[in-house]
Amino acid sequence: MGTFKMNLNGDQVEVEALDDTPLLWVLRDHLGMTGTKYGCGKALCGACTVHLDGTPVRSCSIQISSVEGKNVTTIEGISKTELHPVQKAWIAEDVPQCGYCQSGQIMSAVALLSNTPNPTDEDIETAMSGNICRCGTYVRIRRAIKRAAKGGAS
Amino acid sequence: MNNEKSKIFKVDRRTFLKTTSITTTGLLLGMQFSCSSTTKKLSGDPTANFSPSVYLNINGTGEVTIIAHRSEMGTGIRTSLPLVLGDELEVDWKQVKVVQAVGDAKYGDQNTDGSYSVRMFYPIMRKAGATARMMLEQAAANEWKVDVSQVKAKDHGVVNENGDVLGFGYLADKAAQLEVPDESSLKLKSPDDFKFIGKKTSIVDLEDIVTGKAIFGLDTKVEGAKVAIIRRPPVPGGKLKSYNADAALQVPGVLKVFTIDSPDFPLQLHRPLGGVVVVADNTWSAIKGRDALKVEWDKGVNGKYDSVNYVESMMKRAKADGTVKREQGSAGSELAKASQKVEADYRVHHLSHTPMETPCAIANFKDEKVEIWAPTQEPQWARAAVRGTLGLKEENVTVNVTLLGGGFGRKSKPDFVVEAAMVSKESGFPIKLLWTREDDVQHDFYHANCAQHISAGIDDSGKVNAWLHRTVFPSIGSTSTSDANQPSGAELSQGVLDFPYDVPNVSCQTNEAHAQVRVGWLRSVANINHAFAVGCTLDEIAEKRGVDPAQNLIDMLGADRNIDLDSMSTEFWNYEESLEEYPWSTARFKNVIEQVKSMSGWGKAMPAGSGMGIAAHRSFLTYVACVVEVEVKDGRVKIPKAYYAVDCGVAVNPERIKAQFEGGAVFGTSIALKSKITVRQGAVEQSNFHDYQVARMNESPMETEVFIVQSNEKPTGVGEPPVPPFAPALCNAVYKATGKRIRELPISL
Ligand code: FES
Ligand code: FES
Repeated sequence: MGTFKMNLNGDQVEVEALDDTPLLWVLRDHLGMTGTKYGCGKALCGACTVHLDGTPVRSCSIQISSVEGKNVTTIEGISKTELHPVQKAWIAEDVPQCGYCQSGQIMSAVALLSNTPNPTDEDIETAMSGNICRCGTYVRIRRAIKRAAKGGAS
Repeated sequence: MNNEKSKIFKVDRRTFLKTTSITTTGLLLGMQFSCSSTTKKLSGDPTANFSPSVYLNINGTGEVTIIAHRSEMGTGIRTSLPLVLGDELEVDWKQVKVVQAVGDAKYGDQNTDGSYSVRMFYPIMRKAGATARMMLEQAAANEWKVDVSQVKAKDHGVVNENGDVLGFGYLADKAAQLEVPDESSLKLKSPDDFKFIGKKTSIVDLEDIVTGKAIFGLDTKVEGAKVAIIRRPPVPGGKLKSYNADAALQVPGVLKVFTIDSPDFPLQLHRPLGGVVVVADNTWSAIKGRDALKVEWDKGVNGKYDSVNYVESMMKRAKADGTVKREQGSAGSELAKASQKVEADYRVHHLSHTPMETPCAIANFKDEKVEIWAPTQEPQWARAAVRGTLGLKEENVTVNVTLLGGGFGRKSKPDFVVEAAMVSKESGFPIKLLWTREDDVQHDFYHANCAQHISAGIDDSGKVNAWLHRTVFPSIGSTSTSDANQPSGAELSQGVLDFPYDVPNVSCQTNEAHAQVRVGWLRSVANINHAFAVGCTLDEIAEKRGVDPAQNLIDMLGADRNIDLDSMSTEFWNYEESLEEYPWSTARFKNVIEQVKSMSGWGKAMPAGSGMGIAAHRSFLTYVACVVEVEVKDGRVKIPKAYYAVDCGVAVNPERIKAQFEGGAVFGTSIALKSKITVRQGAVEQSNFHDYQVARMNESPMETEVFIVQSNEKPTGVGEPPVPPFAPALCNAVYKATGKRIRELPISL
C-alpha cells in the first residue's frame, strides 16, 4: 500500500492503493472515473487508453507507482469547456455503435493528431490498430480523424 | 426562443393549408384567415401526465418521455424504436427524453436478439404514437369546439386551420381524460409524411459516449459496492475438488472467498458454471486474490474434448448418408450420372463473442429483494432466472438495463446476472461482478463448430440439376437438454433448408453431433457456417459452368417467384414468421445481387494479386448481397473495399443500417481471417486478444459502401444479416487473387 499523487485532468489528486494497482483500476475504483474502460487488462485492446504526460498509454498496464507526480488525462479531461475537435468530428461522423471502445479510440486519436496534424492512412492505421472496436466502426473512425485533421466538425 | 417557435409554426401552417386546400376544399369554407390573431398555448398543468401506453408519457410541460424497452448494444435500437413512435406522434425530437425500461413483461418482448426489434415493434410503436396523436388532436378539437378533422398534430402541438397552436403539454391532462381509441380506428401516417423514418437521426447517447459519460454495465455508482471475480471450472461441467484460499485472503483488500456449486448436465443457458468467488474492496485486489487461489478441479465428462478432432469426426458423418430434412427429386442418383460435379468439404471452428465489454453486472441484495444493473440483452429472462435461483418474489427483483458494450448474443444468456445476484446475497455486499477477458474467452457459450459436405451436379446442358448439402454441428439445444443430438429445424433453416436456387434435385441432410462446451448463438448463428459453404460452392459451380459468378447466381435462381419452402421441408423455419407475411422472394434476392454488381463495378479488371468475390444470403428475412475486394501479398489479405446491397423493407434509420453493415463487414473479417477457438483436454486454449484475435483497423475493409433498396415492404432486421455473406464473398475474392479455394475458416494461406 502506498499514497500516490498525480495531476488528473488538471487537478492534483492523491490516492491510496497497492503499488502495483493498474492506473485503470485506480481511475475507475478509487476515483470513480468510469469513462476509461476495461477490455483486456493486457495492453491488447486500447479500451483503457489515457494520456500520461501527453503520451497515449494503456492504463490497464501502467502501475500507479509509476504515475507518481505525472500528468494524467482521461476522456473526462479533454473537453472541460467545450467538446474537443476530435469529439466533434466523432459526432459529425456518427462513429459510435455500442460506444464502449470509443473513449479509448478518441484518446488515441487525440494523441495522434497532436503529434501528426495531417495523418496519412498509414499514420492512422499505425496509431489506431492497438484499439479494437468489436462493433467495427473503423471506417468512421478513419473518416472522423481526417475530418478533425481538416479542422471541420460539421 | 419565442420568435423561433412562431417561425416554425408559420411555415407549418402554410404547408398544412396548402395540402388541405387541395384535398379538402369543403373543409376550408367558413375558415378565418387571420395571421395576426393566432393563439398559442404550449404548456399546461406541470403535474399532468398523459400516458396512453406503457411506452409513452407526456407531461404538462410538454416533455415527451418515450420508453426504450429493447437493449442498446450498438444497433441504435434505443433511438430507432422511440423515433418510430415519435414520428407517428409528431414530436419535436429535441423535446423527447428516452428512458430505458427495466425488465418487465408489461413492455412485451424485451429479448433483444434475433434481429427482430424493428420487425416486431415497428407496427406496435406506430400504433402507440398514432393513438396518442389522435387523442391529443381530439383534446384540441374539443378545446376549440371544432370537428377533429379540422385540426392536425404538428411539431409537438396541435394546430387548427387558423394557425392556432395547442402544445402537447397544454393538452396532456385533457387528452388523459379521453377514452383510448379502438385499434381499428387508428389512422397511421402515410409514408410520404414521415418526418424521421427513412431519414438520418443520430443516436440519443452520442454525446454521452464521446465524452465518457455513458453508463455501461459497471459504471453505475452503488454505495458500498465490492468487486467479485470468480475462478470457474476450466472444463464446462467440471466440478471443484478442493481449494485453498489462504494466500488469497492475505492479499490486501480481499474480503471473502467462498464457492458456488457447479451444475449437473445439462448446463443450461442461464446457470452460472460455479467455482470459487473472491470478493474484494477493489478490482485489482480481487484479481490478485483470484490469482493466489489454489484450486483443483474434477474435469468431468467433457475432460477429453478436442474440438479440432471433433470437427474431423463430424466430417466423417457429413460424408455419410444422414437424416434427410429436405428432399426434392433424387439428388443421389442424379449426382451419380452428372456430367460434371463440384464437391467440397467445409470446416468451421468454435468462435467466441468477445464483446468489447465483458459480461458483468451489479447486484444489491438486501432484505429478500435484489436490484440489478446489467448490460443484458434479455432483462425479463435475467429477472426470471434471478428470481428462480434465489427463490424471490418477482416484484422483489428489479433489473435495470445499462448500455451494453456489445452483445452479439452473449448477453442474452443471463448466467452472469445470476452470478452477481448470488454473490451479493452470499457476501452481504452490493457486488460489482466482473468477467475478465480471460473469463470471457474461456467460459463463453461458443459458436458451434461445423463440418459440411456439398456435392452439386451439372448436366450436359450446363444446368445445375442436383444439390446435396450435409451439415453436422452441435445444436444450441444441447446446452439445455441432453437429447438434442442433431441440429434443429430452425438451425438448419439458416442456409440449408432455405436453399433458394432452382435446382430440381435437392437433398439436405444432417447427422449426430454433441456439444461438449456450452454452445450458444453468435451474431447470425448457423448462417455463418452455411452461407460460407454454399457461397463458396456456388462460386466453384460458376467456374465449372464457365459463367461469371454473379451471373451464375442469377441463372440458378430461375424465374422470379415466392418459394414455397414449407412444402419442401416440414422443418423449414421462417424466423418465426409465416411465408404469407414474409415470403421468400427470389425477385428481391436477385435485385440485391444486381445492385451490388453495379455499385461495385463488378467485372472490372483487377491487378495481379487482387480479386473481387461475391456472395448473397437472406437471413432474418433480410436480403443481402456482398462484394469484397482483396489484395493478397505474402499471405496477408488486405481489403480495400467491401460493398453491400440490402433490402430490409422500410429503412427506419438508414444511417444506423449502414453502420450495422460497416460493422458486419468487420465482424465477418474476424470470422474469415482471424478468430478461432480450439478446445483441448476439455479446456479452451485461447485466453485474450493475443491468441483469440479479432479484426483491427489495419486488417478490416478500408471502405464499406452500403446501398439500401428503397422499399415499402415490412421492415426486417439488420443486426445479423450483414455477417453471413461477407466471409464467402471474401473467400471467393481470395480465390480470384490467388487461385486457392478456401474450405476452412479462418483462412490460412
Ligand atoms: S484494457 Fe487496457 S488495453 Fe485492453
Ligand atoms: S463501438 Fe462497440 S466496440 Fe467500438
